[in-house]
Amino acid sequence: MSYYFSAHNITKRYANHTALSNVSIDVPKQCIFGLLGPNGAGKTSLIRIINQITGPDEGELFFDNEKLAPNHVERIGYLPEERGLYKKMKVGEQALYLAQLKGLSRNDALKKLKYWFEKFEIQTWWNKKVEELSKGMQQKVQFIVTIIHEPSLLIFDEPFSGFDPINVNLLKEEILKLRENGATILFSTHNMGSVEELCDNIALINNSHKILEGSVKEIKKTYKTNTFALEYNNFRGSLKTILPSGFELLDQQDEDDITKASIRIPEGTSQNELLSVLIPHITFHSFTEVIPTMNDIFIETVNAAVNNSVTTQNNRS
Amino acid sequence: MNKIILVIKREYLSRVQKKSFIVMTILGPILMAALFIVPVYLSQMSDETKQIDILDETGWFINKFENSDRFRFDYVVDDLETAKTNMTAKKGYALLYIPRPTASVPSTAVIYSEKQASIDLKSYIKNVMAKEVENQKLGAEILKEIRKVNPEYKSPGNDSLSRESLISEEILKNIKTNISLTSIQMGEEGKEEKSFTEVSMGVGMFAGILIYFFIFLFGSQVMRGVIEEKTSRIVEVIVSSVKPFQLMMGKIVGVALVGLTQFMLWVVLTLAIVTVAQTFMPDTVKKTETTEAFSPGMRIPADAGAVVAAEETESPDGMGRIVEALGSINYGIMIFSFIFYFLGGYLLYGAMFAAIGAAVDNETDTQQFMMPVTIPLILSIVMAQFVINNPEGPISFWFSMIPFTSPIIMMVRIPFGVPYWELALSMAILTISFVAAVWLSARIYRTGILMYGKKVSWGEMWKWLFYKG
Repeated sequence: MSYYFSAHNITKRYANHTALSNVSIDVPKQCIFGLLGPNGAGKTSLIRIINQITGPDEGELFFDNEKLAPNHVERIGYLPEERGLYKKMKVGEQALYLAQLKGLSRNDALKKLKYWFEKFEIQTWWNKKVEELSKGMQQKVQFIVTIIHEPSLLIFDEPFSGFDPINVNLLKEEILKLRENGATILFSTHNMGSVEELCDNIALINNSHKILEGSVKEIKKTYKTNTFALEYNNFRGSLKTILPSGFELLDQQDEDDITKASIRIPEGTSQNELLSVLIPHITFHSFTEVIPTMNDIFIETVNAAVNNSVTTQNNRS
Repeated sequence: MNKIILVIKREYLSRVQKKSFIVMTILGPILMAALFIVPVYLSQMSDETKQIDILDETGWFINKFENSDRFRFDYVVDDLETAKTNMTAKKGYALLYIPRPTASVPSTAVIYSEKQASIDLKSYIKNVMAKEVENQKLGAEILKEIRKVNPEYKSPGNDSLSRESLISEEILKNIKTNISLTSIQMGEEGKEEKSFTEVSMGVGMFAGILIYFFIFLFGSQVMRGVIEEKTSRIVEVIVSSVKPFQLMMGKIVGVALVGLTQFMLWVVLTLAIVTVAQTFMPDTVKKTETTEAFSPGMRIPADAGAVVAAEETESPDGMGRIVEALGSINYGIMIFSFIFYFLGGYLLYGAMFAAIGAAVDNETDTQQFMMPVTIPLILSIVMAQFVINNPEGPISFWFSMIPFTSPIIMMVRIPFGVPYWELALSMAILTISFVAAVWLSARIYRTGILMYGKKVSWGEMWKWLFYKG
């Protein structure tokens, strides 16, 4: 299968540490790809390499079936984590400058900027200096500048940090729209909620290694634990007494007139069996499968990786 | 390439639109013009006629100095000591002593005065003496040329051979005369203090200081620009579109253009102000004073003014053209070198300043790196004092070859005349150096701009030089 963007075996070393070791990612076309990982894992290093701000020590990158080359920057839009604009420069002038740096002609840039400024209802900011705008306003301008040249690959480093919830939603909508229009989007984030909401695929990087990659659906399926949550009443006492062997009661709590419980069923059994056992005894209010959140998966995988490296280190010593 | 032009354009426009640039552009020439006009004007305030005794042992200049409202010249025939005593006794302003020349023509003179002799007096004396000596030399040269053609020729009267046709470049060089005028102040205890006031010294020192000032001013602008981009974090957005090298070069070139613009505007505005001042005070601020003016940029038109004057008064025979030729040769080199050494020195230091800016997080951290970079600059200004007293000496030679000091030291030397090969060598060394400096700085720059929140050491910067892409 061919991917819109691939990085093969990227390694990047700095004087005192290795930022990335042998990391590969594959981003399909029109995919929203989440790059996850704890702070200092190497996400920003990878993003800088993709943007050709720095070069890898080893490894190759491919963009739209070609080897990544300097002229590709005009088809890539980048919103860095540490955002900033020239404070003393006027908003419009600055947007125009940055758009031209991405290869747009002055006229094209002007036309497109006008469209976006109208869309975001910020035409009045054109002649204001950046330092007169609030932080959130500056972020909006920066977002427009990032997408103004209609890049086919968008890279957002922590796009939601610093936005209020309304603007986060606006941004999410725009990201989804960009994908609909054919763009491929790669973003790094700590916000697992937005990962579940937006991402098709993810890669998890920890301590310079990639430890997980795949589509969100697949990953969730893998991390499923056959656990179900139920709410019921008309039964007081422990469910243990009625559960057949192999079924495990993980938790049970009485609340006013409703009881909540979670039960893990044995591998190979269907949840219908559980239902059929329980229905004669209790009145159901709800019954849902507990699907691990990306947050759980993130914490679990990272901790496992940390333990792993600790054990290997112990073994070595 | 297209992108680097965009960067240059932004750097240039954002700077020339700043209020500080406009204020500097307007204030600079006013201050400079004031520097020339005010002392002259003040010296005119006392409207008494100054009495100057002239002791001319050569006899060349008898009746060449003309009395005016301001100066009255008396010729005395005494020995020097008597003349001095007499002058003090009758409360004269100054005694001009022109000793018998050791060589063929008189080229030195001494002014003895109780107060520091005024600039306009000195420049008037120098002008008269130089003109007279040059005239004499020219006459002799022409006679020589004519005798080549016609050995029988006796008198330099009217002849079919016009003077112009005989005046070759070589003659022009030969007749060019520098009068060295020493002024000695006679202290109250009869102590004599020497003070040298030569135009070349003034011009050289001024040009050197101007270069120093420009390198510092615009070099640190580059540094501040880099720091601004780094602290505002816009640098990451920009280097995702252009190469760090393009961004750095764009900034350096953009700021250089700002510097040149400012310089040109200063020259033009200063001239305008001086011209206006001349029209309003035609008697007080004479053309000779502007010739005395120190700015090299000022000199061309001032000389052009002198050309016009010369043509009007005493040059039916093409003297004007001679003066013009003299002026254009000398100051052409002066202006060219000024621009070259400003650009070369600025590129050398600007590149280093850019690297420093990239290595630090804010301006207060720059101190430790600024020191070693600015020491050669400051050293040049200190050395300039020695160079000016001995422009041909080994110190002058070596400091005008070392690229870190050559922009300033060479500018100080040029008004005294520097052999072309030395000039060419010095320029070549400077060119190679700034190319190397730009290359090395670019390597530090591209790593430094993406490093945040880290105290950088020299060792660290050294490592950056060897990082891969």
